[in-house]
Amino acid sequence: MGAAELAEGVRAGNRRALARAISHVEADSAIGRELQRRLYRYTGNAQIVGITGSAGAGKSTLVGALAREQRRRERTVGIVAVDPSSPFSHGAILGDRIRMQDLTADGGVFMRSMASRGNLGGLSETATGVADLMDAAGFDVVMIETVGAGQDEVEIATAAQTTVLVTNPGGGDEIQSMKAGLMEVAQILVVNKADLAGADTAMTQLKALLAIADLGAWRPPILKVVAKTGDSVGTLVDHIDEHHAFMRSNEHGDRERRDLARKQIVALTRAALHREALVTANQSGALAALVDEVAGRRRDPRSAAGVLLEAVRREWGAEIASR
Amino acid sequence: MANEQRIRVLIAKPGLDGHDRGAKVVARALRDAGMEVIYTGIRQTPAMIAEAALQEDAQVVGLSILSGAHLELFPRVVDELKQRGVDDVLLFCGGIIPQEDIEKIKAIGFQGVFGPGTNTGDIIEFVKAHAPVRT
Ligand SMILES: Nc1nc2c(ncn2[C@@H]2O[C@H](COP(=O)(O)OP(=O)(O)O)[C@@H](O)[C@H]2O)c(=O)[nH]1
Ligand SMILES: [Mg+2]
Repeated sequence: MGAAELAEGVRAGNRRALARAISHVEADSAIGRELQRRLYRYTGNAQIVGITGSAGAGKSTLVGALAREQRRRERTVGIVAVDPSSPFSHGAILGDRIRMQDLTADGGVFMRSMASRGNLGGLSETATGVADLMDAAGFDVVMIETVGAGQDEVEIATAAQTTVLVTNPGGGDEIQSMKAGLMEVAQILVVNKADLAGADTAMTQLKALLAIADLGAWRPPILKVVAKTGDSVGTLVDHIDEHHAFMRSNEHGDRERRDLARKQIVALTRAALHREALVTANQSGALAALVDEVAGRRRDPRSAAGVLLEAVRREWGAEIASR
Repeated sequence: MANEQRIRVLIAKPGLDGHDRGAKVVARALRDAGMEVIYTGIRQTPAMIAEAALQEDAQVVGLSILSGAHLELFPRVVDELKQRGVDDVLLFCGGIIPQEDIEKIKAIGFQGVFGPGTNTGDIIEFVKAHAPVRT
């Protein structure tokens, strides 16, 4: 199936077309790019919600509970769940569906698992691209689950309109150590597994951190939930709706949207430049020669990078001239 | 950059038995061979398996069964896949399958049937050799 046919299928709600379209976007194929070009204009209607936190925090369980609550509210739900790839084999075991088995039978839900390194276009760009496809397919809510560990994951969290940070009782040290990164990008803070001891302590710690955080006009609510039973998940959906309305209404929302657009364009350009420059550097043999010089201590790495950049510029210049 | 074809494999356990040790061993072996393995867990209905294969756009579906209900469940999985238009996946299965049933299972579309004690290397080779290439 070509891009035109797939795009039509996605818009018409054909699940098989959507599944295949996602594969193309993940592979960053020519069809994938064409799909994004054709479908982006139909995005912007879904609520895009990022769910992040450490491995085992209960993110998948919470995504399942949130999806059930959204279905009760008669909204359709798309889910993208990202799991880490093995650094050795680059393979992955994607197990998030286990926590959402019952949702597979629901025609109003579409769930896709993604490996963090199984894509060539950059993780956060790809995850966002997949969420965009689901948006264009007409899902009311799209959730992106990521392990809040590396820079990529923080970027995904930023790309979502509303990001929910999932922590646990007894995660005090962890809460302390992440204040620099994820705290700033989360608009809602959740203490999951509130059925376990220590939930109130975790709440207090989060509140203390929030008090010294650099916040804008939105005050992030903090709440306890039990994803396993669905306890307080309705309240969480209310908070997500409130933040969504906040983003839609005031001028702050407009600025956020422009910031996000700028960030996405810059990130994609950076990734493309990086990729193409390295391809040129490898093909011309310029890199190999410089590696020899630096390894032999005849040249310092910084000036080697300068020489390489100059070589890439020359190659690109010649290429443009020959067109 | 080499746009290497990634192999996505869905591993599922249809039926009511709750032992998924074998399924997990296979899942890990395929992961270690560089594949993306979507593991859906135990007690899957044929409809759930087919729907998950569709949503995940898996090229390969592997079923693990110990309960003896393969002749009842496997044709239903094939049917559910067909109903959804998923006609280009490689099917294989593992678990306890009597010799006399192997031909029947192959006849409905399972290209690989792996009994207990199969070397995971054989499964990896099988998947790599037969996974359909997507364009
Ligand atoms: N006690 C308790 N356990 C939970 C709760 N939510 C999830 N879990 C358990 O936490 C473990 C990890 O859950 P999972 O959703 O896979 O976490 P993820 O890695 O963040 O996606 C599982 O064993 C869940 O059953 C909860 O509200 N209370
Ligand atoms: Mg998970």
